[in-house]
Amino acid sequence: MDQPLQRLVDQVRAAQASGSPLRIRGGGSKDFYGGSLQGTPLEIGPLRGICSYEPTEMVITVRAGTPLVEVEAALAEKGQCLAFEPPRFAGATVGGMVAAGLAGPARAAVGGVRDFVLGVTLLDGRGELLQFGGQVMKNVAGYDVSRVLAGSLGVLGVIAEVSLKVPPLAAARQTLAFALDQQAAITLVQQWTTQAVPVRASAWQRGHLHVRLEGAQAAVESYARRLAGSHGATALEPAAADTFWTKLRDQKSTFFAAPPHRPVPGRSGTEADGPAATLWRLSVPPAHPPLAIEGDTLVEWGGGLRWIYSDAPAGRVRAIAAQAGGHATAYRGAIERGEAFAPLAPPLERIHRTLKAVFDPAGIFNQGRLYPWL
Amino acid sequence: MAIVSSTAEPAPDAAGGEGADSPRAAAALIARQSEVLAALARVLPAEALLVRREDTVAYECDGLTAYREAPLLVALPQDAAQVAELLQVCHALQVPVVARGAGTGLSGGALPHRLGVTLSLARLNRILRIDPVARVAVVQCGVRNLAISEAAAPLGLYYAPDPSSQIACTIGGNVAENSGGVHCLKYGLTLHNVMRIEGYTAAGEPVVFGSEALDAPGLDLVPLVVGSEGMLAVVTEVTVRLTPKPQLARCIMASFDSIETAGDAVANIIAAGIVPAGLELMDRPMTAAVENFVHAGYDLAAAAILLCESDGTVEEVEEEIGRMRAVLERSGATQMSVSRDEAQRLRFWSGRKNAFPASGGMSPDYMCMDSTIPRRRLAEMLRAIEAMEHKYGLRCVNVFHAGDGNLHPLILFDANDPDQLHRCERFGADILETSVRMGGTISGEHGVGVEKLNSMCVQFSPAERERMLDLKRAFDPAGLLNPGKAVPSLQRCAEYGKMHVHRGMLPFPELPRF
Repeated sequence: MDQPLQRLVDQVRAAQASGSPLRIRGGGSKDFYGGSLQGTPLEIGPLRGICSYEPTEMVITVRAGTPLVEVEAALAEKGQCLAFEPPRFAGATVGGMVAAGLAGPARAAVGGVRDFVLGVTLLDGRGELLQFGGQVMKNVAGYDVSRVLAGSLGVLGVIAEVSLKVPPLAAARQTLAFALDQQAAITLVQQWTTQAVPVRASAWQRGHLHVRLEGAQAAVESYARRLAGSHGATALEPAAADTFWTKLRDQKSTFFAAPPHRPVPGRSGTEADGPAATLWRLSVPPAHPPLAIEGDTLVEWGGGLRWIYSDAPAGRVRAIAAQAGGHATAYRGAIERGEAFAPLAPPLERIHRTLKAVFDPAGIFNQGRLYPWL
Repeated sequence: MAIVSSTAEPAPDAAGGEGADSPRAAAALIARQSEVLAALARVLPAEALLVRREDTVAYECDGLTAYREAPLLVALPQDAAQVAELLQVCHALQVPVVARGAGTGLSGGALPHRLGVTLSLARLNRILRIDPVARVAVVQCGVRNLAISEAAAPLGLYYAPDPSSQIACTIGGNVAENSGGVHCLKYGLTLHNVMRIEGYTAAGEPVVFGSEALDAPGLDLVPLVVGSEGMLAVVTEVTVRLTPKPQLARCIMASFDSIETAGDAVANIIAAGIVPAGLELMDRPMTAAVENFVHAGYDLAAAAILLCESDGTVEEVEEEIGRMRAVLERSGATQMSVSRDEAQRLRFWSGRKNAFPASGGMSPDYMCMDSTIPRRRLAEMLRAIEAMEHKYGLRCVNVFHAGDGNLHPLILFDANDPDQLHRCERFGADILETSVRMGGTISGEHGVGVEKLNSMCVQFSPAERERMLDLKRAFDPAGLLNPGKAVPSLQRCAEYGKMHVHRGMLPFPELPRF
């Protein structure tokens, strides 16, 4: 075992022996996300490097502390990519990407983070290194623990190494912009997807729908013509389109970068300096009509993901999401951090507790990051 | 036929430490049967409970017919409410429950438990809802895989995963095994096409995993439940994602004069940024067997035949077929034909789809193996299998989901000859363990069941297996759901581990092993 890994194992064993909580930290770029941050930071950064990359196998194996941008650069050289388009916050690592489980604009078309995880090396709460899954596309030997770690926010253990499926970049892409209201935008994207139009990503905000088509050159061109003809779209120049999707993916677009502020009584104008409203992330069945929550809204994933700035009470937002068949996450802002995620039904809560005990019996990892009771 | 070395883990025996065939044990078994039957008769109609041997014999094995066991009884509930009540009764009496779909599994995952209830879910066979806008189908667990695609066809949609048994196998069984098929590389496994799973815990408590939204709060337990071989929960309802039916599919059939060049061609296709809808390889003996069976006009002179399929819109397919042809030509294909129409495409596939029955025609019995290796080691693997044919004195023909590295060697043998059966089992284990040494896995899509319990000892460390056993207890503390499958006990592995190989670490690495 090399030094960075040995150091982590020693730290975990020491923490387990003394029962002192650890906070697993890659680049710290998603410290804002989820529940509270508790415990001594366990720095994964030193555990870095690409262990193996076989473009002809469409598999890359990476140590958790490797910067996301480094991995993407290596993949781009061979014409491959992380198809689920995770956000690249400054300093983001591959381990953090898997643990946070956040996918970007292409999620609805290609799948989420877990759909691309093939295997992991996990450092569990006993300080043992365990391998689950592998480096091959098809693997049903034993329970698939590796994919459960996608979005686990570190509550089960430290992701030391991960193998990911890395598909080729599409041959062609084109972005179209339409002037449509939210309902029409959701309906149209759903219809197009049903008709096998190669919609890779969509985003609706303030009356404008952007759609990115990706696939074979001939198919993208012919569909772009067809959609533009029937719905009066404008095509974006490739550079402008790239900027648009990159900013959206990395949450640097105006919607994310300049959150609306609560109006302060007695002041006028939009530059009031009250606290920002909570940014809610609502994941709902994509075809569901617009939600009855007031506030600046961004719709992605053909309707499957709705970002809304709202001051509405958490209970109301959660009830509306649940009624739609989905759930709401307090992504950023004023809500208590302990209430970031929607509560679980009783049998699921029990299974969460028992699973936590399996992999982290002393309860040292990321206490409170997912739920206050976990 | 029972295979002593490979039967399921012994369950806590009602008769104590005595042999299972002793008169006292037999009496205890009958008493237990009456007790469980009486309790279940209070929640299920009499016709839904089978106890007489002639009624239960059809449930004694699944698709892995070499392994058989008589269940305590068979229950055929009609709806989810009856399933819940049955589970509650069994939980109260601490009776093991083995859930079963169509019984087409190939690893013995649905092998009955001697002291357990076999829970046949075949009657939960209603398609509850198909939503053409959201592109989902909500179906009961006993609905057949192909029936979903048939019901969705008028809407221009289908359910993508297509295991070879898709005419018969149920979606509940697909969820239990995380079944694949020939289109996985492009369209994913069962896991990637299932959104929401409704079912019951071992205690009969309702539970839902996943959502019709694209994610759900908390840990994502769907990947644990999918592929868990009925050991974590009993699934009664599944919401699957439907895929728009491609306008067109065309297939290239290419011949190669060596396995190596065929393997390289596969790598070159992927390196060129192409993800084929299907990419299948057959070796010469397999090609000869299927040609004899379907008369599709396969090139019998080829060392390997590659089937490479493109699907999508007309423009996409034309463009992709052109790129595929160029790569295959560059990679040294000796012959190539592209399907002109649907009839010809199906003819190209007919041999591949009939690989198993064709093997049945060559030999009294065959054992279908299933493992995955990194694609680049294909030729090396096939050479190793050739050496094993000599070592074990049995023939083996090979089909291969080349796109995702999933091997299906078919070992030909005669089960009436105990020595052949024994050699066949060792041959199979050797293939699986060689796959692990090459960086692959002992099961690509058929599950572990009882067949591959020993090989699990090779792929996973004691700590990894222990965590899996703990994980099972986290869902099912009493250990009642399909006990003894998928994850071997530590003791079993200790016994198997006399010649223990773990991830390429041989006890005597200097010795040749063929």
